[in-house]
Amino acid sequence: MSAGESRVHPRSAGFFADLRSVSLRAIRLTVRDPEAFVPALIIPVFFFIVNVGALQSFVEGSFPPGYDYKAFQLPVAVVFAVTGVSRANALVLDIRDGYFDRLLLTPVRRGTLLLGLMSADFLLITALTIPVAILGLLVGIHPATGLIGVALFVLIAGLWGLAFTGFPYAIALRTGNPTAVNNAFLLFFPFAFLTTAYIPREAMTGWLSTAVRFNPTTYLLDGMRALLQDGWKWQRIGTAFLAVGVIGAVSFSLAFGALRGRVKRN
Amino acid sequence: MTTAIESTGLARRFGDTIAVDGVDLAVDAGEIYGFLGPNGAGKSTMVRMLTTLLTPSDGTAVVAGFDVRAKPEQVRLRIGVALQEAALDPKQTGRELLDLQGRLYGLTGAERDQRVTELLRLVDIGDAIDRRIGTYSGGMKRRLDLAAALVHQPDVLFLDEPTAGLDPISRAAVWAEVRYLNEEMGMTIFLTTQYLEEADALAGRVGIIAGGKLVAEGTPTDLKHSVGSDVIVAKVQHGQADRVVAALTGLALLERVEAVGDEIVVSVADGAAAISPVAVALAKAGITVEGLTLRTPTLDDVFLHITGGRLQEDAV
Repeated sequence: MSAGESRVHPRSAGFFADLRSVSLRAIRLTVRDPEAFVPALIIPVFFFIVNVGALQSFVEGSFPPGYDYKAFQLPVAVVFAVTGVSRANALVLDIRDGYFDRLLLTPVRRGTLLLGLMSADFLLITALTIPVAILGLLVGIHPATGLIGVALFVLIAGLWGLAFTGFPYAIALRTGNPTAVNNAFLLFFPFAFLTTAYIPREAMTGWLSTAVRFNPTTYLLDGMRALLQDGWKWQRIGTAFLAVGVIGAVSFSLAFGALRGRVKRN
Repeated sequence: MTTAIESTGLARRFGDTIAVDGVDLAVDAGEIYGFLGPNGAGKSTMVRMLTTLLTPSDGTAVVAGFDVRAKPEQVRLRIGVALQEAALDPKQTGRELLDLQGRLYGLTGAERDQRVTELLRLVDIGDAIDRRIGTYSGGMKRRLDLAAALVHQPDVLFLDEPTAGLDPISRAAVWAEVRYLNEEMGMTIFLTTQYLEEADALAGRVGIIAGGKLVAEGTPTDLKHSVGSDVIVAKVQHGQADRVVAALTGLALLERVEAVGDEIVVSVADGAAAISPVAVALAKAGITVEGLTLRTPTLDDVFLHITGGRLQEDAV
């Protein structure tokens, strides 16, 4: 230390300080990287408009008067918008650029390197959900549970998006390969399409009906639709939270297992 | 004198490959230790073990008073590391990167501001500190990487090939910073390099690693003296090296004759006295000599003597 420098005292910052530091960086970089999330907003809005335009008359004609296909489709648009949104590609770049090693050389709590990214993802996912929900209100959806229900709708969507982030992070940490992370999008297809995305479950038959039964997205959509179409149906809403919890448990286990593998120094 | 870095039988295997093979070394506090070796010799693996990024397969290492295996968190608080490639985030500004680094070391806001100001003076990045790192030149990235390693005022600084790929001006700037950190701040510096002149110019002691083993260690002067006071280098036509060795072997005044490719390296105590007999012996043997040079030994000659190969192909 030279005469001109006064001594500082490095120490472990603590879990919450580390989490805050890593999150703030992730949020700052997310804002600087709009091309990473703007398409996530445009594509589901496009699908919402097309699906409603193509199927509204057909589906509503098959149900008793008053059935609102727009309210049926809005959760699908939201789920499409938020599923798979993460900073896994940025994490891969950190690994490849050596910046992840720089972080590992600090006393940062290892778990916060992932939790910090996930908490930034949660904010982004929630922010993506809000305009889609507003779009729904603008096109005439009257939520059966009012504004509180819409807030819960946004929360469920945010938690679902968060729960799903574990998959791309697990792939990013295991492989350090951007192509592999991009291919994680393939996971989205069975979750998104082997479900009640387009028509209600009652209208399905055969193998698709069976597949839909075992897809957690089915129960997620059902709970979100309950908030918009049917009111405070707590069993359906609770099942949606359970579906989120199941996906979150699986994906977070994979992601934190991959993080442990990456940092165990072999 | 306390020991800042000590390894005993330190080894690292990757499958069947032995990257570091039982290295014993001790670096005193306040010393600049140069770790010299060619690409693939095991330098970076050694650094990654000493800095807690990699678990040793065998052996022990104590850095800044703590075992890297048992107390990695304590080691991390006391070391700074600039890895071979500048480990930066191109989308942050330099100031944001240094600030985050300070936060992760638990520094207060005032401490972080103070350190950023001090580091800006040291690494001379100027106004670019508020630009995104992606816009920096290679030299600026290296300097910022060094600053990031220094935010928390480490006791021991690891520099893994800090000047690789830099132009001569940037290299000189890094050398000046390394000297300053050691002389003015008393920092222990473990410096890996494949540049002979870098180890020669900066290091108080040099360890030479080849094939994962520490093959020689000492001050640059002692190591160079170990191969003789002077060196005569004869460049001969292709395929004549064995004949040259035979012609010179047994000649008085010569300490050692070694061939590497078409180059013969003759270690002598008195170069001025030996060069004429060498030239005469080569002429008598009918050897076509393309060049005959008398110079003082370099660390590359030490490397050649120990391993039978050159560290740098253009060393002559």
